[in-house]
Formats: sequence, structure tokens, C-alpha cells
Amino acid sequence: MYHMTSMTDPHQGQFRLSMLFNDTRYRSLTYQAIAAILLALAIWYLANNLVQNLRTAGLNISFDFLRDSAGYDINQRLIEYDSQSTHARAAIVGILNTLLVSFLACITATIFGVIAGVLRLSNNWLVSKLMSVYVEIFRNIPVLIWIIIIFTIMTAVMPAPRAFRGDTPEATMLLDMFAFTNRGVYIPGPYFTAPLFASAFLNWVLVLAVLAGSLFATRRMARWATGVQEQTGVRPTTWYFTLAMWIVPVGLLLMVMGLAWEIPALKGFNFKGGIKIGGALIALWFALSIYTGAFIAENVRAGIQAISKGQTEAAGALGLRPRRTMNLVVLPQALRVIIPPLISHYLNITKNSSLAIAVGYADVTATLGGITLNQTGRAIECVLLLMAFYLTISLLISVGMNFYNKSVKLEER
Amino acid sequence: MTDLSFVRSDMLPERAPPANEVGMVKWLRTNLFSTWANSLLTIAAFYVIYLVLANVLPWFSGGVWTTSSLSECREVLQGEVGGCFSVLTERWNQLIYGFKYPVDLYWRPNIALLLLAFAAAPVLFFDLPRKLLLFTAIYPFVAYWLIWGGPIGVPVTAFVGILGAYLVFERFNAANFAAAGLAAVAVAFSLWFIGGYLVDMLASDDPLLTPVASRDLGGFMLNLMLGVTCVSLSIPLGIALALGRQSNLPLIKGVCVIFIEFIRGVPLITLLFVASVMLAYFFPPDATVDLFLRVVIMITLFSSAYIAEVIRGGLAALPKGQYEAADSLGLDYPQAMRFIILPQALKISIPGIVNVAVGLFKDTTLVSVISMFDLVGMIRGPILASQEWNGVYWELLGFAALLFFVVCYGISQYSQWLERRLRTDHR
Amino acid sequence: MKKSAFLGALTVASIAASAAVAQDVSTLDQVKERGKLNCGVTTGLVGFAAPDANGQWKGFDVGVCRAVAAAVLGDANAVEFVPTTGKTRFTALASGEIDMLARNTTWTFSRDVDLKFEFVGINYYDGQGFMVSKDLGASSAKELDGATVCIQTGTTTELNLADFFRANDMSYEPVPIETNAEAQQQYLAGACDVYTTDASGLAATRATFEDPSAHILLPEIISKEPLGPLVRHGDNNWGDIVRWTLNALIAAEELGVTSANIGELGASAGANPEVNRLLGTEGTLGEMLGLDAEWAKRAIMAGGNYGELFAKNIGEETPIALARGLNAQWTEGGLLYAPPFR
Repeated sequence: MYHMTSMTDPHQGQFRLSMLFNDTRYRSLTYQAIAAILLALAIWYLANNLVQNLRTAGLNISFDFLRDSAGYDINQRLIEYDSQSTHARAAIVGILNTLLVSFLACITATIFGVIAGVLRLSNNWLVSKLMSVYVEIFRNIPVLIWIIIIFTIMTAVMPAPRAFRGDTPEATMLLDMFAFTNRGVYIPGPYFTAPLFASAFLNWVLVLAVLAGSLFATRRMARWATGVQEQTGVRPTTWYFTLAMWIVPVGLLLMVMGLAWEIPALKGFNFKGGIKIGGALIALWFALSIYTGAFIAENVRAGIQAISKGQTEAAGALGLRPRRTMNLVVLPQALRVIIPPLISHYLNITKNSSLAIAVGYADVTATLGGITLNQTGRAIECVLLLMAFYLTISLLISVGMNFYNKSVKLEER
Repeated sequence: MTDLSFVRSDMLPERAPPANEVGMVKWLRTNLFSTWANSLLTIAAFYVIYLVLANVLPWFSGGVWTTSSLSECREVLQGEVGGCFSVLTERWNQLIYGFKYPVDLYWRPNIALLLLAFAAAPVLFFDLPRKLLLFTAIYPFVAYWLIWGGPIGVPVTAFVGILGAYLVFERFNAANFAAAGLAAVAVAFSLWFIGGYLVDMLASDDPLLTPVASRDLGGFMLNLMLGVTCVSLSIPLGIALALGRQSNLPLIKGVCVIFIEFIRGVPLITLLFVASVMLAYFFPPDATVDLFLRVVIMITLFSSAYIAEVIRGGLAALPKGQYEAADSLGLDYPQAMRFIILPQALKISIPGIVNVAVGLFKDTTLVSVISMFDLVGMIRGPILASQEWNGVYWELLGFAALLFFVVCYGISQYSQWLERRLRTDHR
Repeated sequence: MKKSAFLGALTVASIAASAAVAQDVSTLDQVKERGKLNCGVTTGLVGFAAPDANGQWKGFDVGVCRAVAAAVLGDANAVEFVPTTGKTRFTALASGEIDMLARNTTWTFSRDVDLKFEFVGINYYDGQGFMVSKDLGASSAKELDGATVCIQTGTTTELNLADFFRANDMSYEPVPIETNAEAQQQYLAGACDVYTTDASGLAATRATFEDPSAHILLPEIISKEPLGPLVRHGDNNWGDIVRWTLNALIAAEELGVTSANIGELGASAGANPEVNRLLGTEGTLGEMLGLDAEWAKRAIMAGGNYGELFAKNIGEETPIALARGLNAQWTEGGLLYAPPFR
């Protein structure tokens, strides 16, 4: 940016003290030396205070507590965990929960955002106004309030499981399969009656592997079709092969393993069986989606509006049909504008998911930065680990974003 | 010549356009019912609006405003639809000022808020006389004194210190920027040092305004105070960080980059945890810095990193020619920045800064997680837990949402207005 | 100790840093210098510590804070109540933000030894209980298999709960909640079947319900929860002051000293030498603590003796309606036993 490029002759004669500040050869070193000293002083001051405070309080910094058994239970977990597991494992359960809610919210926020952004440009006056109202309302109210509002809907409006009991229950299950309660939504869960592996996880990995195989095969087929088209000018009809490649192998596998659905049913205090999506997860997921969706809608709108009309017209003049114009001309340019802020919104979702603590969702802030911190009293260690986790995620996303930005960078002049 | 002609020589009178091409009908047709898909959308939209209004309007019109508990509300309503807005009237003071600010002192934050309007006006609207900025400069000290009370010597000393520093800086700035800066800092600290003694000595036991502890602050007032304080503190810090990040001194650049990326990489809530459970360990063992101040420090650091990124964008958007022009005029770095670069870069950055400010204001609700009783904290804690109001969710949450919406929407409208203003200036 | 001018300057520069000062100052001197006792309490548990409609803190734990303030500063109102959550309480105490913590905190080995705190005594013998709504039909905690349980995070109750269910080979689903206020809302909304915390806390919470009779406390008490005030390790004199202020309240009840008759008893030395020593009309106990002779008298006058505090805030006459139970004097079959004032 700003370069001091003075072209004066080099100084002759002996060194004077004022040259430290006035001579460009020394000045930058002087300033940096001053900055380094100030910085070192500040760090020394803080570290000294820390050491002194810890000594007075008789505490030490140690991460050994991570190996101790945690002693508390977690209601939402993606991996095996019980109260005898270690604090480190509790932290990992939390990390996975953070990633889960962030991932779900990123997908739905994108869907909401794209729909709202496109509809906002609709020539239907009413719809575009309605979408503006959506965007303005959700952008201008704190996400914490949204999380609490949706969580309140989940807990205060939905019926309690006991409302489903009795001969004339106050609430009934939707289609006898889905139960909406104030503790969460229960949906049928798939399981295998004749699994190939003992672990359910491995069975699902097998299903995924077969799907990946189908993807690979369809890709190969598409490439072959393109090759034929380039040679002969006629593209062979392949859609029924593709469809079969997707359905048949996976269908066979599921049939062999005996896929069945477990329907949730009221047993004791709660619904049992099937998959439970906890109220806290739904509140957090939905609130983050609609809140961030409003921001994404603005990006999408800006991205589409940023493509000048001349581009569409030029494509038309070249004889491209509207669909190809969209795919080949408008979208690639609009995405260049949309994607960088989109990724930073994904990052925001991940960071905002830490508000889980307000609704009791067991994310990493709630396990490592909440219960573990409380139970062990290791405040400094826990907060440091927590920050390190978020920092890692955000650095990974930044690296990804930089990579993307480089790949789509406009090569000008 | 005959009177036979193939061309009409006089104009026909204009006819009115067809009925379905004018006025309301035409507007409806083009804007709402142009295609069948559009018509479907319109009908769906109308249905959504109807659903919302049908639920919300009776709730409003049937609302009860004068009872003193939820059960009384239910008695009055007799099963009819209606909100129990009495909670807002009955707990109004708690919602706005928190539950501990002394009731007979409410006039003080009120005046501070009123004065804020006057102090902010010259910053927000450039057309106002520049002399009003003088008031803006004094305002923080007045507001501090009004809200916290205590000996008047404290804000006066603070002001005198900064005034002294400013005068010294202006006096020596022409000669040497760095020296002037150092002298200003030295003057400020020595004035504060002397002032500290004087305040201690002169402090009477019965100051003009009764002191109020900062943990007694609460309610929406706390959100506003955190928002205003942290944004105004973080702008200078953000400028410094942005310049540091652009600097060609590797050490300074490195420190700024690490700081900015670190802060932007972690959620605000972890920084608030730092404020509430960790920061106390970094202060001298015998000094107690209260939670409010620790939170202000962390939120300020947080927003300064974001503001720095906005300003960096502004700096990067300036054409290289501006920097070269400054060089060729023989201006040194501070001069070039102060007279050429920053005025332009900041102008470009203003809308971005306003966006950060809105986001930050919304984020002040997070302090409720670390047991500070801001608006959300008041609602979730003392009010909803009280026997009288347990179960009054929508009235309270709706009220909180409305307050934030009004403020944030107002600011974002201002930002858009400003953007238009600034754009015309370029043409 | 005079406020140091430099830190005074920092105060000025930085909005509200109130800086008390200088190395090696005992907590007692800091409190005296400040003129206020910083006392950590809960963010709100009716009967133990909660602000009333006027923002005045009231409750049993609050009474202990006020007694210490009265003993040390001579003014029962010279207390700054610092609301703390389960998360912030220990840091607040360790970092010196508060001088003592009177927040129904359970005395455990690791808190005493590992976290370096000093529990000065027990002001309430408690145990963890369960509250369920009556229409749930449960009459014992052993019937709670599969229930959803609301717990306050960061408390010993969370760990006891896990142990209890594991020991009885039952499953449950925890709903972790930060404050008592939110737990109460969740429980009332039916988001959990059971609310568990200290039995006293359950009683206090139930008292605030619109219809307390619709909820029952299950008979099982699954843990020992000795609750007491605590201070930092290292300042033994300050620990003694808080410890003996609490003991003075307990001893006063045993000796029949109440806020009603204390003026009379404390006016001149009476027949009972221990009362005389306690109230400072005989001996030099106050001096040994670094206080004046009437410290205990003021502490008792602040809110009455232990029995009066109990009766006024959580006793059977109050909505919380707790029986004395274990918290009766040892002479009446309880566990309260103040060492002799001698």
C-alpha cells in the first residue's frame, strides 16, 4: 500500500540518534522495535498477573481433567457416551452436535435464502413485498430472541407426551407415524432385520458405499454418452439406465438386509422407538435457518441483480436458449458474487450455533464450555479449548474460501 | 384537385384505453395475476397474510392492559382470545431499566438518552453545523456521570486529561506526529494521575448524584448502553487495526492479522465466557474490574475486528493513485492517512460500519447468557419466573422483538439513506 | 489503605473500574476500605436469595451475608449482592470479585481441596430430591425409568442424578438448564416430567407455582448436600470471621439470644458467661478476630439468630414451608452444633 520511497542520497557521516526516527533505513526497524517492546510488556504484564492470581488461588493450568470421567449424561449424542465416559469424549459429543446442527442449518438456510431471494425479485408485487417483510423482520431482530421464540413454540405450544395418552387423547399422531411433542418430534426410524454387520453404523456405511458406486457408474455412463455424441452427433438415450443404476443396487441391498421402519410409540413417560429430533435441536436449527436465510436472501438478490442485462442480451444474440443462458452465462457470474458471502454466512451459522446454551442443546459450548467447565472448575483450560475448536473450524472454512476465490478470480488486463 | 385523398388529414380524437389496461385493473393484472403461476402465488400470499392477521389482530384488540397477574388476565378474558399485555405495563420499569436501578433515579438515564440524540445527530447528519460536534465530544463524560453518578471529579478529570492530550497533540503535531502522540499520551496520563489524587481527596461522602453500581444496570437500557459504548470505542480501534493490517512493517502487520482473524474466528459467546470466567485472572490481583467493564472490553475487541475488516475494504477500494498522489505531495505517512486516505476510505466504509453496529447491537442480547439482566435476561429470568407472570411468553418476547426491530430497522434505513447520499456526492 | 492514584486514573479512563489496592491487603481490610461486602448469591431462588419487587435482596443466604456485613462494617445493608450462576460462582470468588459466596453451594471434597476454597460451615443440611406433577402418578423415584429430567447444569445434582439412575439401572433423558427460573418454566410447560435439585430448592420453587398442590416431592433424597458459605483459601482471618459469624447465629439460637431480647442481654454482663462472651460483655473474642467487641451482637441484630432467619425466610410459616428437620439444634435432634464461644 503506502510505500515511503525516498530517493535522497544515503547519509554520510556518523550515526545520530535522531536518525532512528528520521532515516528511512532505520525508521521501520525503530518503530517495530518499539512495538515489539510494548507488545512484550503487555504480554508480560498479563502473564504475570495470571501467574500471580493462579498462585494466590493455588491453581495450576493442566489438561489432565480431560481424562477423568465426566459423570454427567448428555441427551443428544451421535456417538456412544454415558456418564462414565471421559470429559474429552463429552467434548467430542459436543463437537459432533455442533457440526450436526450447523450442517443442517446451512442446508435449510440456503434453501430459505434462495427461495426468498428469488421471490423478492419476482414481478408479483405482493410476493416480493412479503419477502421484503420476511427479510427485514428476521434480519433486524437478534437471533437469540428467535431461538427463544421458536424454542418456546416447541415447549409451550406443542402437546406433552401425556396428552397422547388415554382413550380420548388431546393430541394424536400424524398418520400414526409422526408425533409432535414438546420434547421433540418423533419420526419412524429405519433399521435392518437381517443386517450383514453387527454394528448398525457399518451397515449404513455399506449403503453409502453402494450409493457412491452408483454415482461413479452414472458418471462413467454420462461421459460415454458425451463421447458418442461428440463422434456421431447423436446422444444415446441413457436415462433409464441411470435410473436403474441408482435404484437397483441399493434396493437389492436394502431388501437383503431387510429394511424395516420402527414406528415411535408412547411407552412410559416418553415416546420410544424411531428417531427423536429434540426440541432444542429443532429450535436451534430452525431459528438459525430463518435468521441466516434472511441474510442469504439479500446476497442472492444482490448476486442476480449484479449481472447486467447486457450479459443476457449478448447470450441471446449468440443464439443461446434461455436455459443455457442461465446455466452458462448468468449463474456462473452470479455465483461469483453470491458464494463468498454465502460461505461467511455458513461460518456465522457455526458460530451462532454456540447459542445452543440458551435452549439446552448439547453442543460443544454446552458440554465443554458449560457442564465440564462447571464441574471441574477448569475455566481457563475449557475456554481455551473451546476457542481453539471454533478457530480451527473458521480457519478451515477460510482456507476453503480462499481456494474458491482464487479459482474464480477474474483475470483482468 | 379533387377532395379525394388516401391519407387522413385530420387526427381522430384520442380514445380512452381499454378498461382493463388502466388504473387498478391494469396494475392488478401486471403485478398480481400476470400468469397462472403468479396468480397461485398471489392467492397463497393472501392466505398467509390472512392467517397472520386473523391470529394476531384479535389477540391485540382483545388484549388486557391493566391486571396485575396472568391469572387475573385469564379471569378478565373468560376464555376469549387476547394478549395479557398487563405484564408490559406492570413490569415496564424492569424491562427498560432492569430490576435494580433505583426508581427515583430513572430521570438520569432518561436525560442521558435524550442527550444521546443531540450528541449523535451531528455525527449522523453531515448538514448540521460542525460546532455541534463539541457537544458530542463532551457527551460521553456527561452520560457517564448521569448514569453512574458519584463524584463529578471522575468524568471531569477524564475529560481534562483527554482535552489536555488533544491540545498538546495539536500543538506539536506539525513538528513530529510520533513525538506529539507520545507527548499527548504522557500528558493524559499525568493529568489523570493528578486528577486521581484530587478526586480521592475532594470526594465528599454525599456527591451531587448518588452513585449507582454498574451491576445495577439492566433491561433495554443495558443493551443500548453496551451497543453505543462498544461501537463508539471500537471505531478508533478498528481504524488502527485496519491501518496496522495494511502496514508494511511485518511485525505490526502480523500482530494485527492474528488479532483480527482470532477474534473473527470465535463466537462472541466464548469471548463473553472469557469476560465472565477468565478475564478476572488477567487483571492485577488486587484490582477488581466489574463484569460490565469486562464485557465492554470483550465486545469492543470483538466489534473492532469486524470494523477493521470493513475499513480495510474501504482502504483497498481506494485507487492506487490516491496513495501515489499523497507521496508525490511529500506528505509523510500520518499526514497522508489523515488528509488523503482515511477521509475517503471511511466514507466508503460507513454503510459497512453501520451494518456491524446493527449486528453488534443485536448481539448485546448475548450477555443474558452470562447472567447479566439485559432485556432478554430480564424476560427469561425474573419476569417469567415470577409467580404472577409465569407463562406470558408471546407478549414479552414480542415486545423485545419489537424494540429491537424498531432500533435496528431505523439504523439500517439510515444506512441506506446515507449510502444514497454518498453515492450522489461522487457524481 | 488509600486508593492508589494510578489505579484511580485507570478508573477514570475506563468508565467504571473500581480499583482497590496494594499488595498483601487482607480481605478484611479490603472490605473495610470499600465500606461494602461483596457477597455472591444465586441469580434468584425465592427464600434463599432473590430480589423482591423493589430490588431488595431477601432470603436465608442473604441473611448470612447481612450478618457478616453487620459484624464487620456495622451496617447490615452495606452488602453488594453479586448474582452468580453455577458457572460464574467459583471464578468470581477465586478472582476476588466477591469476598464470600453464600449461594446454596454444596461442600464437596474437590471443591474444598482441588478448587482451593474454604467452606466455613454449613448453614443448611440438604439433599437432592425430585418433584413431579401429581397427575404423573409416580410415588417413588424408582418409578422414573425413562423419564425426562430437568436439571440445573454445573451443580452436584447433575452428577448425583447420573449416579442414581445408573445405580438403579434406569434410563433417563437429561434436559440441562442454566438457571432455576428457566428450569421452572420448562417443568411447568411439561418439557420434562421431573425437576430435580436440592429438596429445599424444590420446595422454594414449588412455593412460587400458581397451584403448588398439583406437584409433589418424591420421598427419596438421593444425596447429602451440605450447603454453606465459602471463602478463598489463604486468608484464614477472613475465613474465621465468616465462620464465627455463622456460628454466632447458630449459638445465639441455642443460647436463646434473639433479636428481641438481645438489647437487654447485650447491655451488661448477665448470668450466662457464654452469652456474655458471645455478645462482648465479657472477654475479648471480638478483638481476637480483628473486630470490635460487639461484632456478634450486630450480626444477630441484623436479621435475628439462625432460628429467626430460618423461620422468616423458609420456615413453616412461609410459602416455602420447610421443616427444621436436620437443621434443628443438636439439642433438639438436629445437626446444628456450634463450637463453644470461649
